[in-house]
Amino acid sequence: MAKAQKELKDTQAKKEPRSMHPILELTLSRLKEFWREPEAVFWAFIFPLLMVTALGIAFRNVGPTKVHVAVEQVSQSLDSPEQAIYKALAQSSDVAPELMSHENAERSLRSGDVPLVIRIPESARSTTESGKVPQNFDYRFDPTRPESRNARFLVDDTLQRALGRKDVTQANFETKTEPGARYIDFLVPGLLGLNIMGSGMWAIGFSIVSARIRKVLKLFAATPMNRTHYLLSFFLSRLVFLVLEVTAVVLFATFSFGYTVHGRLVEVVLILLLGSFCFSGMGLLVASRPQSVEGVSGLMNFVMMPMWLMSGTFFKSSKFPDFIQPFIKLLPLTALNDSLRGVMNEGVSIFANWDSLLVLAVWGFTSFVIALKVFRWQ
Amino acid sequence: MTTNNGTTTAQATRNGVALRCKGLVKRYPDVVAVNGLDLEIKFGECFGLLGPNGAGKTTTIEICEGLNSPDEGIVEILGHAWGSGHDTEMRNRFGVQLQETKLSEKLTVEETIKLFRSFYKQGRGVEELIQLVSLEEKRNSRVGKLSGGQKQRLAIACALAGDPELLFLDEPSTGLDPQARLSVWEIVEQFKAQGGSVVLTTHYMEEAARLCERLAVMDHGKIIAQGTPTELIHSLGADQIIEFTIEGELDHNELLNLQGVRGAHKTEEKYSLTVVNISEALPALLSLIERRSTNLITLTTHQATLEDVFVSLTGRMLRDG
Repeated sequence: MAKAQKELKDTQAKKEPRSMHPILELTLSRLKEFWREPEAVFWAFIFPLLMVTALGIAFRNVGPTKVHVAVEQVSQSLDSPEQAIYKALAQSSDVAPELMSHENAERSLRSGDVPLVIRIPESARSTTESGKVPQNFDYRFDPTRPESRNARFLVDDTLQRALGRKDVTQANFETKTEPGARYIDFLVPGLLGLNIMGSGMWAIGFSIVSARIRKVLKLFAATPMNRTHYLLSFFLSRLVFLVLEVTAVVLFATFSFGYTVHGRLVEVVLILLLGSFCFSGMGLLVASRPQSVEGVSGLMNFVMMPMWLMSGTFFKSSKFPDFIQPFIKLLPLTALNDSLRGVMNEGVSIFANWDSLLVLAVWGFTSFVIALKVFRWQ
Repeated sequence: MTTNNGTTTAQATRNGVALRCKGLVKRYPDVVAVNGLDLEIKFGECFGLLGPNGAGKTTTIEICEGLNSPDEGIVEILGHAWGSGHDTEMRNRFGVQLQETKLSEKLTVEETIKLFRSFYKQGRGVEELIQLVSLEEKRNSRVGKLSGGQKQRLAIACALAGDPELLFLDEPSTGLDPQARLSVWEIVEQFKAQGGSVVLTTHYMEEAARLCERLAVMDHGKIIAQGTPTELIHSLGADQIIEFTIEGELDHNELLNLQGVRGAHKTEEKYSLTVVNISEALPALLSLIERRSTNLITLTTHQATLEDVFVSLTGRMLRDG
């Protein structure tokens, strides 16, 4: 009977060798799954573009703006000291004064509409000749607000001159607004970094947890599929999307805002590859255990939140206190943003930020190795 | 078989065992899922594991597939034990369909089969697999658009991708309509006809009777009866079943003492008698009901089936929880 079976098998055997390497098949399936999910495509491609547009418009450079300050008005007379202050300030090219009642001025100061209020004390009122700037007035402002301090200097300077102060020296001003120093230039590399982190982590996290919930991982584990191949396919599929995402953002920023890459393009690409590797590894690690979408979302936010805040995507991370700076430096997104800005904006060599590259490589490699060890297949 | 693993197959074929389990035990904190289980499945045989939900069928089959590790005992597949350094080779030689897998809805039938095919060193062509499960017309459809039966056929095609010698099917036709069930059975029969061995779990007696050469009835993690479907039915010692419901109750011993009755069970409201001679037993039963002056509500008789075997062994219906 056994012999008969064997013969049957031999005649029937139409064994074909497999056509494509499993890594390629897995990567291809991953790409198709993603591409056929319209929402995912939106969040990965359109969202970053909207973000660049919105932030680019909100922080566009429209020449120096005047500082809006309030002058408290008590008397309605045209010869009142507040009128004199108002006129003096209005002549300055840096200040836009407005006469307000005491209540309005206080409210505007509190809500941040004006950074500074000028008030004339009763004593000064009686001693000032009508139509003249009084010798004495109060500034009300919050010294912790940089724009308040700025306003105080500008207002004080203008009023001192109106009262007859002479400048002891005449400096020449040479002003220049260069591409590269604008907010949008700061923003583009940061958004690339943020996007690589976000899309890498979410795309990998969700597809792995979903495959675990649907018991596809379990079925895969029962086949001879090499488990490392499965995890590697995520790196490869991320690379394909990386190219598309980055190209979209950079081209858009170039054409809409005149963004220019100062360093060598090939070095930018190398940094992006390393960044993508790093966050794919972290995505795999975060997704290696959770058995629900809620679980992985929470974990993902927990991991990404510090980087959203501190890694210098929207504002410089040097604003945080000194004692957490070493911690911020070790965050992978900080490393990615710093090295991208170095090459893209400052035009320095990729190796100028070798420590950031090391941070990325260590995070990525360690995460991948741990993920492979602790991965839950069912 | 191919030349590289020809020798191992020859050895396994010589002793005729495709799968052997010895003394399997699997304990969970709250339950002993498998409690000392021995099994031997011969080459070319379709072996059915029967039992209600929670009997330990799925745990047993997952231990065999290497997805779960037993606390005690060993599993040998095609001559190799798990963890003996042949795991990948073993996985190349058997195919698996899992009870709750939902394949990716965004991929098409053909893409899914191609993906699974790429995992195996050797196997059937993608084209052949599609034909085998009659999904030619659905080749370019997304998995999400398939019916339940088509999804199940696709799952079986994936299990067959490596041209396995042994196929594990965990409740392959649960939740399918009769037509879809029939087409699943035909695929399994075709696989058997080509010399493949099958281990399947089911709680459909009809499925077990049609596909399986041998059966084991499982309950509480143990095998409580084993044999061919005919052997199992004969083990009842009776070939007719009388089922009836009445108003009120009848005494168990009184029923057993009736002429021609071999066994009596009560599941919920329904009494079930296994009888040798229905022409003696039926009048005896009717006169008993008359003497107890209660009323008969329903009464049916049929040839003994595997379902009756199960009821008589466990006192429960197969599909009860």
